[in-house]
Amino acid sequence: MDAFKSLVIILLSSVFVDNYVLTRFLGICPFLGVSKKLDSAVGMGVAVTFVMVVATAVTWPIQHYILNSMNLGYMQTIVFILVIAALVQFIEMALKKFIPSLHKALGVYLPLITTNCAVLGVAINNINEHQYNFIQSIINSLGVGLGFMLAMVLFSGMRQKIQESEIPESFKGLPATLIAASFISLAFFGFGGIIENLFK
Amino acid sequence: MTSILIAFAVVTAVGLIAGVLLALASYFLSVPENETTKKVRECLPGINCGACGYNGCDEYAKAIAEDGAKTNLCVPGADSVAADIANVLGVEAEDVVEMMAFVGCNGHSGVTQKTNNYNGVNTCSAASMIYGGPNSCKYGCLGCGDCAVACPVDAICLADGIAHINPKICIGCGMCVKKCPKNIIKLIPQTAKVTVMCNNKEKGGAARKKCQNACIGCKKCELNCPSGAIKVENNLATIDYSKCTNCGLCAEVCPTKCIHIIN
Repeated sequence: MDAFKSLVIILLSSVFVDNYVLTRFLGICPFLGVSKKLDSAVGMGVAVTFVMVVATAVTWPIQHYILNSMNLGYMQTIVFILVIAALVQFIEMALKKFIPSLHKALGVYLPLITTNCAVLGVAINNINEHQYNFIQSIINSLGVGLGFMLAMVLFSGMRQKIQESEIPESFKGLPATLIAASFISLAFFGFGGIIENLFK
Repeated sequence: MTSILIAFAVVTAVGLIAGVLLALASYFLSVPENETTKKVRECLPGINCGACGYNGCDEYAKAIAEDGAKTNLCVPGADSVAADIANVLGVEAEDVVEMMAFVGCNGHSGVTQKTNNYNGVNTCSAASMIYGGPNSCKYGCLGCGDCAVACPVDAICLADGIAHINPKICIGCGMCVKKCPKNIIKLIPQTAKVTVMCNNKEKGGAARKKCQNACIGCKKCELNCPSGAIKVENNLATIDYSKCTNCGLCAEVCPTKCIHIIN
């Protein structure tokens, strides 16, 4: 039961408290670039979540069974980039062959996130910062992906609102977008400390 | 020394394995291309302009062959391409409405002023973010040439701080229309002869102060148009090309000469 509880805590805290986009500033590029419309934000979110989970499932064994056993922990970044890039390419081919509808839905977003820092960040943090075991790592990646999607969806809603409202000339475009991003990030700091106390 | 060699060997091995797996995957997981798609693709011009609404010629060919998209969407290819595609599919050819793009601004450096000096990255999208650009008129062409870069056939040249499109070279793909941050480039039928070379929606006096070639919304063109094709809305004349008969009366009566006749 305790193991299950810790998994739930990991999932919830990676979605809300430790949101990669809004509190760690990883993956800002797609956050600002692909959040203009709701459907593309959702598409990007689903693709990132999917790749994060699969990438963690592959990089965790590589770190623990190959790199650590040869004392090559310092090669982590390079090997992970290599593996994740190859993996995403492979996933794209496999999807095209077996699930064309999903391939169409994820579309251009799959190759875009090949080198996304949030994907690499979650793979590395699972091992270095949190030192999770395999199951915990997978759950954490899922949570980070969902958190990314949540941030994208919320932000795309905000951007649509901004587009419809009248704002001062000098704030139009990028300034208003960045200020909105800072507000939404500020709001997420309100979750700090909530999750740990939920299960007391 | 050995540790370097081991690291070298491991990374090379990982790279090699990934490479071999990808090569195998691309062989075993390759999706055979549809025969019709291939034939349709050969008919298309291959400049990947996106005028059809798809991401490039490959996507459009796929959409025609598999999803039954319309055969007359390739504007640059015009009637001949549409006929070729119809031939491949064995259906009746549909007519293509040939379009061309024009820059709706004549605020060259002789008639406008600059309100600030812009020294940043020389693209329109960057310049337009800072107070709407350095020009006095916030609706007009910035002249940095994002459209010229986007043009697949080099039909756009920059002169006197504004972009000009050569209607004889333009293929009407609309790449420049998407790039323009001021939304002043518009697609019109190739048969059109008159264009409103202004996008300023301010009141007449304010517009005139910023640019001597601005549309002041005087409605002279609207009153004189025999076919009712011109409407002045938000202090700006717009031409409805489905009604326009190319008589050129509007260009004659326009006091600021912002309505141009295309030669």
